[in-house]
Amino acid sequence: MWEPLHYEFMRNALMAGVLVSVACGVVGTLVVVNRIVFVSGGIAHAAFGGIGLALYTGLPLSLGAGIFSVGASLIMGAVSLRNRHRTDTVIGVIWAVGMAVGVILVDLSPGYHVDLMSYLFGSILAVSKSDLWFMLPLDLLIVLTVLFFFREFLAISYDEEFARVRGIPVNALYMTLFCMIGFSVVMIIRIVGLILVIALLSIPPYIAEKFTSSLGTMMVLSTLFGILFTILGLWISFNFNVTSGAAIILVAGVAFFLSLAFDRVGGSNLTPET
Amino acid sequence: MSKLPPAIEIEDLWFSFDKTPILKEVGFVLDQGSFMAILGPNGGGKTTLLRLILGILKPDKGTIRVLGLKPEEARNSLGYVPQNTDINLSFPISVFDLVLTGRLSRSRVGRRYTSDDKEKVNTILEKMGMFEYRHFPVGQLSGGQRQRIFIARALATEPSILFLDEPTASVDPEFEVGLYEFLEELNREVTIVVITHDVGVISRYVKSVACVNRTLVFHGGGKITEEMIDMAYHCPVDLVAHGIPHRVLPEHEE
Repeated sequence: MWEPLHYEFMRNALMAGVLVSVACGVVGTLVVVNRIVFVSGGIAHAAFGGIGLALYTGLPLSLGAGIFSVGASLIMGAVSLRNRHRTDTVIGVIWAVGMAVGVILVDLSPGYHVDLMSYLFGSILAVSKSDLWFMLPLDLLIVLTVLFFFREFLAISYDEEFARVRGIPVNALYMTLFCMIGFSVVMIIRIVGLILVIALLSIPPYIAEKFTSSLGTMMVLSTLFGILFTILGLWISFNFNVTSGAAIILVAGVAFFLSLAFDRVGGSNLTPET
Repeated sequence: MSKLPPAIEIEDLWFSFDKTPILKEVGFVLDQGSFMAILGPNGGGKTTLLRLILGILKPDKGTIRVLGLKPEEARNSLGYVPQNTDINLSFPISVFDLVLTGRLSRSRVGRRYTSDDKEKVNTILEKMGMFEYRHFPVGQLSGGQRQRIFIARALATEPSILFLDEPTASVDPEFEVGLYEFLEELNREVTIVVITHDVGVISRYVKSVACVNRTLVFHGGGKITEEMIDMAYHCPVDLVAHGIPHRVLPEHEE
């Protein structure tokens, strides 16, 4: 069981899994309760445009993906604040256009790009020390921001209109949330690839939600679920020699369906204190 | 003693949505300490008027003054109970945490709740008879209980004016009477504005009435007249005044 830990790339992979699970747990919880899972998928796919741009211009791939995913986040944030009812259309357009830009830029770049697959399906086993040093500050930034504005995020997520009447800067906080989604997406792409981002953002919080009536606990629980899924997925990937990103998502998927089945069998029975 | 500014002062207010006129030529002055009912048919513009007063919407034309200020400046003194309390039923939030969000405001963004905030919330929850439920998930409460929690959240903002949008839409009649008695008590300190299309029960508690149906007719006195109701509805209604039901207007002809 512990044999994989003899390899440095395995230790790096586990560290990356933990760091990404923290971002997924915190941001994913906000994504799920705000019902913007689809937006996050759009951001992840638009990031492919950034990967194309990076290949074409010779920038680091993570930087290219970062620019596009934060850019797409800000556009989607602005659109969903301004025109709620057409948000899904705009998400779809940005989703597709981002990918198209990526494909064309890759075509225009000289050489053959093996690396691309790793951005579609992730390459947690190729995470280097420097990748970890890139993820750590992003993680810290996300956690500190959410800690500082936790009450306000709770208020706008539950009842945006009431938050507005209270004078809470709803728009600024939403844009902050979208920026954090952008940051998380860049990190998650490294682990499970852009195609599977939605799963890692939404499955852990969805399961965690069933066990708690507190947003903070939901964040902690979904972080723990994320870590569990990553470790199990890595173990399966190592022992059966299958793609790590897909293995992690399959573990999460099995947990998701088990939680649905659990729902059927017995729900929670709460009674007030007396 | 200097005269208090009116609770609400509206002058020649016009508002339309996508070129469909919703409100026109609306104007009235509501004194502080009043208990006003806003009556009118569905789609007549009641909720829109409320959203304008709260500063969520901006008028096309005309002025709104709340406590002598622009709506967005008066926000900290306004409590608001929305019509739908069944939004987000699966949201992971406890009764206590929800009511606590009423303590948030622009001037304290990013600051922690104080023990004073928590004490106030506990006091309000006790007043609303919901203290035992404070650790309960909001989504598992009944409609009436949720209504109480949303009123508690509005009270936690310590408002000078409390707005309630159809507070009795989804609750049992027993709760309805209890609610209005509670509001009558509260009205000693707080100006109250209630949107309703239920003319009956409310008539014995209110001090003034506004009938909204595109235009607005304001009645300072507490009496609901036949003419007002007719104007507000353009259709017959059952009027239950002072506990004695009697039909005021004839039914529609088939």
